[in-house]
Amino acid sequence: MKMTYREAVRQAMREALAADPRVFLMGEDVGRYGGTYACSKGFLEEFGPERIRDTPLSELGFVGAGIGAALGGLRPIVEVMTVNFSLLALDQIVNTAAALRHMSGGQFSVPLVLRMATGAGRQLAAQHSHSLENWYAHIPGIRVLAPATIADARGMLAPALADPDPVVIFEHAQLYNLEGELPDDWHCDIASAAVRREGTDISLITYGGSLPKTLAAAEQLAAEGIQAEVIDLRVLRPLDTDTLAASLRKTHKAVVVDEGWRSGSLAAEVMARIVEQCFFDLDAPVARVCSEEVPIPYAKHMEEAALPQVPKIVAAAKQVTGK
Amino acid sequence: MIQPPSGPVPWDKDFAQKLLFDMLRIRRMEEKCAELYGAQKIRGFLHLYIGEEACAVGALHAILPEDNIVATYREHGHALVRGVSMDVIMAEMFGKAAGCSRGRGGSMHLFDAATRFFGGNAIVGGGLPLAIGFGLADKLQKRQVVTACFFGEGAMAEGAFHESMNLAALWQLPVLFCCENNLYAMGTALARSEAQTDLCAKAASYAVPTLKADGMDVVAVHEAMKLAVAHVRDGLGPFFLELQTYRFRAHSMFDPELYRDKAEVEEWKTRGPLHTFSARLKAEGKLTEEEFLVFDAQANAEVQAAVEFAEAAAWEPVEDLLKDVYSP
Repeated sequence: MKMTYREAVRQAMREALAADPRVFLMGEDVGRYGGTYACSKGFLEEFGPERIRDTPLSELGFVGAGIGAALGGLRPIVEVMTVNFSLLALDQIVNTAAALRHMSGGQFSVPLVLRMATGAGRQLAAQHSHSLENWYAHIPGIRVLAPATIADARGMLAPALADPDPVVIFEHAQLYNLEGELPDDWHCDIASAAVRREGTDISLITYGGSLPKTLAAAEQLAAEGIQAEVIDLRVLRPLDTDTLAASLRKTHKAVVVDEGWRSGSLAAEVMARIVEQCFFDLDAPVARVCSEEVPIPYAKHMEEAALPQVPKIVAAAKQVTGK
Repeated sequence: MIQPPSGPVPWDKDFAQKLLFDMLRIRRMEEKCAELYGAQKIRGFLHLYIGEEACAVGALHAILPEDNIVATYREHGHALVRGVSMDVIMAEMFGKAAGCSRGRGGSMHLFDAATRFFGGNAIVGGGLPLAIGFGLADKLQKRQVVTACFFGEGAMAEGAFHESMNLAALWQLPVLFCCENNLYAMGTALARSEAQTDLCAKAASYAVPTLKADGMDVVAVHEAMKLAVAHVRDGLGPFFLELQTYRFRAHSMFDPELYRDKAEVEEWKTRGPLHTFSARLKAEGKLTEEEFLVFDAQANAEVQAAVEFAEAAAWEPVEDLLKDVYSP
């Protein structure tokens, strides 16, 4: 069945709300507005204002309330419009949700799902265009997901809700309008990376909004005789290093593509793991394509220049493969 | 503002003595903690509650086992009165595996699922949004439960306080906000940090009913708390209670107390909750000096046993370091 990424997110939430009365959706404009990205359009009428709960502009408060509600026996899906706004709630996410299980000696787990949009590409300038997934991936105690396909947008929510620990889901804003076929079996785990394209010459490792660009780059490379394997990390914490290592043992070369800024990026962590685990399998230094180190600018040509793009990925792969 | 009843202690002898005994247990436990800190048996930050005992004791004797408690980093007294055993509290402060948080939390992070004691929070105001969530969960699941959230007046400068008050009032949640106003946020006096020093006025701006009580008087605290709890349990929405109190000790063991006069501390000590309440009970014929001495000896014996328990308890094996980061 053909559908958009948005529709996949929507179906996943609708199914979760229908299946379990403990599940409720809370966030800014999720109700009457229908969701900033229209992912909950019509839900208010279908499930009522108790379970489709519009919140004030109060990220710290309602994210913390989500944690308390999870501890109190509910299964909240808390939508923080964009990652930029989630910074206002960082205290509750990092100091409470992620730490509570450990600092209580294992007494309390926090079955909270936190959803937010991330990423650039819509000329929204610095404060609405950041990719801060790696900040969250740094924190022990939370699971961080980045669905990059329609199937994952459809399949990741149910296991995230079933997880007793807090799960943060990043939906790249550029993906909502992505359209494609939802495979019959869209169920997935939230532990492993996925091989999106088989290849033998180089591993292109990416996640989220950079996956379509990386797949496009792989097609261009194929036309030039380079068979790239494309790995979608999908789970940014804990990282599935085994899938990376298996790919590297086959291709012996890698480029990491990450919309985060280069310094301290998730790409840096992936490179470090490759070096730690696959150093003797490598035929060339590992390269990366990240965002330029600048707050994302508004003007279209400048924004495009700041972000990873297909030609940059192709160029990096050719350099690493020496072709 | 609702006024708690004045006049003689409105309780029977047993209940009055029980509350006195609980204040004594906190006092003796914490005096020992200070000593053990000096001996380096307890490390990290240690925030003592000495002087404020009437607040936890008066308040927590007004709530039920199914209610939720959220507290701050000055929570030893709350945990103890709530029913967490002194043994496991002490073991936690020693960092032992037998501690109520398996030695992972320490003084600032006492937790106990069995008594619905949810911290223990080292972030000022950090517990307030959690309390909102408990209130929401109870309301949606139609449980007649009260969430009592304790915090200091310093937390009222945080956005978390305002966001939480707004949500509680907007959604009419069963949350009881218990502000223990001890006048100093670490070393910053209320008047030096807040434009509005009338805390009830601040809370009332969210259309939440408020009540002010003498936090040095366990009778005033308990009677005020009963009114507040009844309001919340009856489904009438949140309530804000200000307990005006004072800590006799420094903010933490690292605090040289440069910000307040010794004379001010001495003045407040004349209102100390233990001796004023015991004197009042004696005057009303509800306590003898002999009974007081027996209680004191019992409290000291409990402390001694707790220290021995903590000393003898095992350290958690380092192999378990990564346990309980994620659920198994």
